[in-house]
Amino acid sequence: MSSKKKLLGALLTTAILAGSSALASAETLRWARAGDSLTLDPHSQNEGPTHALSQQIYEPLISPDMEAKPIPALATEWMVKDGNPNVWVFKLREGVKFHGGEDLTAEDVVFSFNRAKMESSDMKELLVTIKEVRAIDDYTVEMETEGPNPILPNNLTNLFIMDKGWAEANDVAKPAEFDDGEETYAVRNANGTGAFMLESREPDTKTVLKANPDYWGKGQFPLEVTEIIYTPIQNAATRVAALLSGEVDLIQDVPVQDIDRVANADGLKVGNAPQNRTIFFGINSGDADLENDNVEGKNPFADLRVRKAMNMAIDRDAIKQVVMRGQSAPTGVIMPPFVNGWTPELDVYPKADIEAAKALMMEAGYGDGFEVTLHCPNDRYVNDEAICQAAVGMMGKIGIKANLVAQTKANHFPLISGKTTDFYLLGWGVPTFDSEYVFNFLVHSTTDDRGSWNGSRFSNPEVDTMIQSLGSEVDLDKRNETIAKIWQVVQDEQIYLPIHHQVLNWGMKSSIDFPVQPEDQPHFKFLKFN
Amino acid sequence: MLAYVIRRVFQSIFVLLMVGLVAFSMFRFVGDPVENLLGQERTQADIERVRDQLGLNDPFPVQYVKFLGNALQGNLGVSYRQGRPVSEIIAERAPATLELAGVSALFAVVFGIGLGVFTAIRRDGFMANFIMTTSLIGVSLPTFLIGILLIYIFAVELGWLPSFGRGETVKIGGWSTGFLTESGLKAIILPAITLGLYQMTLIMRLVRSEMLEVLRADYIKFARARGLSTRAINFGHALKNTLVPVITVTGLQIGSIIAFAIITETVFQWPGVGLLFINAIQFVDIPVMAAYLMLISVMFVLINLIVDLLYFVIDPRLSAGASTRGH
Repeated sequence: MSSKKKLLGALLTTAILAGSSALASAETLRWARAGDSLTLDPHSQNEGPTHALSQQIYEPLISPDMEAKPIPALATEWMVKDGNPNVWVFKLREGVKFHGGEDLTAEDVVFSFNRAKMESSDMKELLVTIKEVRAIDDYTVEMETEGPNPILPNNLTNLFIMDKGWAEANDVAKPAEFDDGEETYAVRNANGTGAFMLESREPDTKTVLKANPDYWGKGQFPLEVTEIIYTPIQNAATRVAALLSGEVDLIQDVPVQDIDRVANADGLKVGNAPQNRTIFFGINSGDADLENDNVEGKNPFADLRVRKAMNMAIDRDAIKQVVMRGQSAPTGVIMPPFVNGWTPELDVYPKADIEAAKALMMEAGYGDGFEVTLHCPNDRYVNDEAICQAAVGMMGKIGIKANLVAQTKANHFPLISGKTTDFYLLGWGVPTFDSEYVFNFLVHSTTDDRGSWNGSRFSNPEVDTMIQSLGSEVDLDKRNETIAKIWQVVQDEQIYLPIHHQVLNWGMKSSIDFPVQPEDQPHFKFLKFN
Repeated sequence: MLAYVIRRVFQSIFVLLMVGLVAFSMFRFVGDPVENLLGQERTQADIERVRDQLGLNDPFPVQYVKFLGNALQGNLGVSYRQGRPVSEIIAERAPATLELAGVSALFAVVFGIGLGVFTAIRRDGFMANFIMTTSLIGVSLPTFLIGILLIYIFAVELGWLPSFGRGETVKIGGWSTGFLTESGLKAIILPAITLGLYQMTLIMRLVRSEMLEVLRADYIKFARARGLSTRAINFGHALKNTLVPVITVTGLQIGSIIAFAIITETVFQWPGVGLLFINAIQFVDIPVMAAYLMLISVMFVLINLIVDLLYFVIDPRLSAGASTRGH
């Protein structure tokens, strides 16, 4: 009886709530995620939450959509120039106005790219191949690269366009330097062309955006949201509580242990999608001897059989079930599925086979195993430390005693870039959606401008040459063939031990119709209310 | 007296300098800020350039002396994370923490003294025993658990109070206050209780035991014999005489309320300096961490100094010409 009453009460409340929210706040969207944007300056930080907020206010030439596929934004078309493979031509959208009323012209695009190439910009690495950006007329821009760059447009989806006049008038013609000692105007003020305009901002507390009444995309996008209230909520339990109590409408970063709770709550749902990030172990196979092991005079990881045995010892399905509560996609390759070069065959992962792995260890002469330190972050990826703990147990089964050192990301990552760890956990996303990005950072030998994250110390001149050729190969079929060849080496040599692709979970009101975006970037102009 | 004051002031400055030195020697164990400042596409050259710019290649005593030099000129540096002057950020965040600390302290004092007196007078009553037992929860449960419990009951289940944030705030000069709006007042209730619960329990137990002590004293018996009303005895005589130690403890606890608001602020996403500090640690935002630690130690040193000096005022026996005093 009482439970029936309760149910009736709950239904009534939901009905009333649903009714009132449909009337009163159909257009306001209250959005929360764990971290705040670091700055509104579009070129100061190359970081997820920062880009996610900037994407609402500023626009790139080519923008990712909700499936992370590039679609025209401020550029309507782009092509390699006839007769000169080193030049990309972009046609700009006409009649676009900045929030302050200024017209978008080619001058603004040239200015923004030059700004993003400055030393104090955090975006400059994505533009290293660009030699010059020039305005041909008001609505045509040419970008000349050092040699042909067939995938340049892929690098531009978070490269935002500012108004030249506004930037110069407010003395923000260059991104802030770390030692400038002052806050620049662009850190807390913004003037973009995006679907939403900045209304107010208190960093780490609350940011309010209003719909742009003059947005060029009217009729092309749903544009049902008229106001966005963005509040970072750092504590996971509080974030979920805020969604459950109806104080926010949409949260990113739903902790895996709360997914069922949110999904089963009245009026709420959880959406998910594979994330653009793959988690894997790196092993130092390149050095002659290891710093962090107990084998003297040689490097056990240099033996392919040991690497294969380790790969076989990892029970990816168990990690998915126990550690990730089903929220991961186990994989056999270190790139997410939507990246150019990915194939279902590469993604296949071996079943855990302890006996075969042990036999391989024996064959390699490590039947009695060895000891090594495993370095792991504890605040960067979903359940990162727990994954490492699971791996310690799995390695133990084949005689490898892994001593786990789990620490904060600010301590962990310098070990990889400084090449002082031999066995470590890393996650890698591919913002350009092309394998070349993975190869440049993780497979190429470490040089001044490549291989900065190659903690495996793998170094193969032939592979390096192939990787370098990708940057300027214009024949896409030939380029894809080279990509496949390089992946074959990476897989055969077992340079890395892939674990899984992360899965993104967003919790939201059932009344919201909004897919989960693989880069964890909500583009609210696509959001619809049922 | 003057010599004592001067000595105490010098001691305080020495303590401050030491706190700063220890803090700076610890920062390098927190991690490398450059890793957070630059995206994953950064090159080794970028890392070197930024390290150089930020002076991270200097040995820590040099970094410390530079920090002190700038701080003495009122320049606390620029936050790595937000790219804004630290002094400005702290000034912006301080009202939230001070308001929260003020309300928690008020809650702790009012309920602590009230319940303390009640449990002392009704020593064996059912209610008194119940309060004493439940108050143990206040001391034994960790703050974040209490916070999450309160959020679950009052925000998720009952829906009476907000689960996070400060509500609407009003700006008065440079001070943003949540006291003038309904949502602001509602928002402060749960965090204030969470933060003040430990102190309330402490004060309550202190008042109770002091009260029990005093109630056994001869002058209370005499007061009873004189036929004074219970009310006059309990509040006019007994309570008054229990307050000296309570004031000392409360004064010191206010310092810790402000300093340890960190956890409460994280649980409730309260935009104060504690939350700022937590974010700074995760990002290895050295200027913010340094400024926060220095400010907190200045505060503690000041409170201690004031309490020490207050003893002179409160307890005449400490000063040279001890006078006679009696009840």
